[in-house]
Amino acid sequence: MSEVSVLEAVRETLDEALGADDRVFLLGEDLETGGVFRATDGLAEKYPGRVLDTPLAESSIIGITIGAAHYGQRPIAEIQFADFIHAGFDQLCSEASRWSWRTRGEQYLPMVVRTPWGGGVHGGQHHSQSIEAYYAHMPGIKVVAPSFPADYRSLLKAAIADPNPVLFLEHKRTYRLIRQEVDGAPAEDRIGHSRITRTGEDLTVFAYGLMLHEALTAAEELSGEGVECTVVDLLTLNPLDQETILEAARATGKVLIVHEDTLTGGLGGEIAAIIAEQAFEDLDAPIRRVAGPDIPPMPFHEAMESFFMPDSVKIAAAARDLAAY
Amino acid sequence: MTASQTRIPRSTEMLHDYLLSEEQLESMYRYMLLSRRLEERMMTLNRQGRADFVIAGAGQEAAQVGAGMALKAGVDYAAPYYRDLGVMLVLGMTAREAMLNTLGKLDDPNSFGRQMTSHWGSVERRVITQSSVVATQLVHAVGVALAAKMRNDPIVVFASCGEGSTSRGDFHEALNFAAIHKLPVIFFVENNGYAISVRTEKEMPVPHVADRASAYGIQSAVVDGLDAIAVYQTVRPAVDQARRGGGPFLIEAKCFRMWAHSSDDDHRRYRPREELENWTSRDPIALFRSRVEEDCLFPPEDLDAIESGVEVEVRAAEKWAFDQPDPVGEDALGFVYKDAADV
Repeated sequence: MSEVSVLEAVRETLDEALGADDRVFLLGEDLETGGVFRATDGLAEKYPGRVLDTPLAESSIIGITIGAAHYGQRPIAEIQFADFIHAGFDQLCSEASRWSWRTRGEQYLPMVVRTPWGGGVHGGQHHSQSIEAYYAHMPGIKVVAPSFPADYRSLLKAAIADPNPVLFLEHKRTYRLIRQEVDGAPAEDRIGHSRITRTGEDLTVFAYGLMLHEALTAAEELSGEGVECTVVDLLTLNPLDQETILEAARATGKVLIVHEDTLTGGLGGEIAAIIAEQAFEDLDAPIRRVAGPDIPPMPFHEAMESFFMPDSVKIAAAARDLAAY
Repeated sequence: MTASQTRIPRSTEMLHDYLLSEEQLESMYRYMLLSRRLEERMMTLNRQGRADFVIAGAGQEAAQVGAGMALKAGVDYAAPYYRDLGVMLVLGMTAREAMLNTLGKLDDPNSFGRQMTSHWGSVERRVITQSSVVATQLVHAVGVALAAKMRNDPIVVFASCGEGSTSRGDFHEALNFAAIHKLPVIFFVENNGYAISVRTEKEMPVPHVADRASAYGIQSAVVDGLDAIAVYQTVRPAVDQARRGGGPFLIEAKCFRMWAHSSDDDHRRYRPREELENWTSRDPIALFRSRVEEDCLFPPEDLDAIESGVEVEVRAAEKWAFDQPDPVGEDALGFVYKDAADV
């Protein structure tokens, strides 16, 4: 029995996938020397010719991944920081997302694009962003954003096995911060399913990534005050697990949605709309959101970064208000 | 040609290997004609309000057919662009399928009425599904070639585009990566002088797209895109070399767009009258016919027979295609995700 970090979970899963299927290969920047976060440490030596350094050119990293998947390989691309993925937006959203649709499934893409996202690392505007809403908007791309190491393992494995493009988001602040005894831990292996991580009768909090952990910390604190929270780990951001979202919302009648991404156009709006449309009569309070403020990127200075990032204190404050409504 | 370009060795002996048989020459003529006659009917149908959109390769048939015939159909992969009807016909698309595509019919094998016309794709013919976003397909071609190389499959990937596409980053990223990994990709640029209305001198500061190859250490050639035989004899050695592990090749075929950019464009707004008038005398299909007649390769009646056969085929295909089912609204749904059970 041993604890595994998010980063170790990712690395071990990549290692396993390379060992299990010779169609699997990795491509991206600096991967042969282990990657800037060390997610591919040792893999180039262990699997010669199957861990490829690419030029610094995100559009072709994703486009080449498309071509290789089309041919029948199982490519896993890494975009070094999610902030730089938009150079490949066209390849993901104008091409990969509709490969199956425009050929009625005759052509399809078993590909994964992994990328570290999120703030809390003093990374400033281009090493901290939440990019999920842009891509979760596009039908045809599955977007996965786990929180716990055990789910990183099971969902990355599921992403590699999926015959569709999967954008696999790894919260960089959690890489080394979050450790878990993975043996026996719950591990979701179905993309498109969320998990009710904690149950409480007063309100329901939806979150993913680092914010899921902040939400759980807030829930612990509130429990000491007599406020009990249900906490949902969304896990997959597209397609959303509407069934679990509605079940969890109805269970308490009060909903708080948390994300690091900026408020306007963030996923919170979509989750709120699903609940408002289908569970309005079960609600006892207006739906609340805690999110980054509507400024373009994450600021660099620690004070401003903390101001930008939601955390357990901000979540607890919003939850107290909501519980008292 | 500039000094930076590598010429393909052209010894008499080598050319001999790439001589075309009478049968191949006949096919060449037939494919070019079929492409042109189909497009003429498509444009007529558009003007009659019976086809929504046409984007044609008229004037580029020699380049398309000459290049397509250099490939191993059903073995090699192709990432063509929307003007490449000629390439598609060589790779096996039928006149009936072309008409299904033009009419957006449910059974169009390219995209079942889901994409605009001339956005090709076929598993059977190894044609990678393509979109309207130019140059993206060049990178997909590189990915296919990388995967094939990893599996030691002796295939070549044919990736074509217009010269307009060569301004996009994906063109450069594709050449760069293919060169680094010595991948078997033939980049085939049909330079028709215009990116819609923008002339080449406003697209690039060098005279030839092929000049750009030297920046990536790729071999290149410029060929007369009006001469189907010359195109074949340029592309075929490059294909053979790539198949043997010689790496990518950039070939620029100097073409001319006979028609407007698309059925929605009027090129008289931006092209000089004399350019359009002089052009018709440089029709690659007429040039081909007069050349083979001069060389006494075929009696004129044989060529006439090919022409009338093509006319009949096109009309019959059109009539047949009109009777095929149209999609209904709900046919837009489904296949957003590939079903894992269906893999």
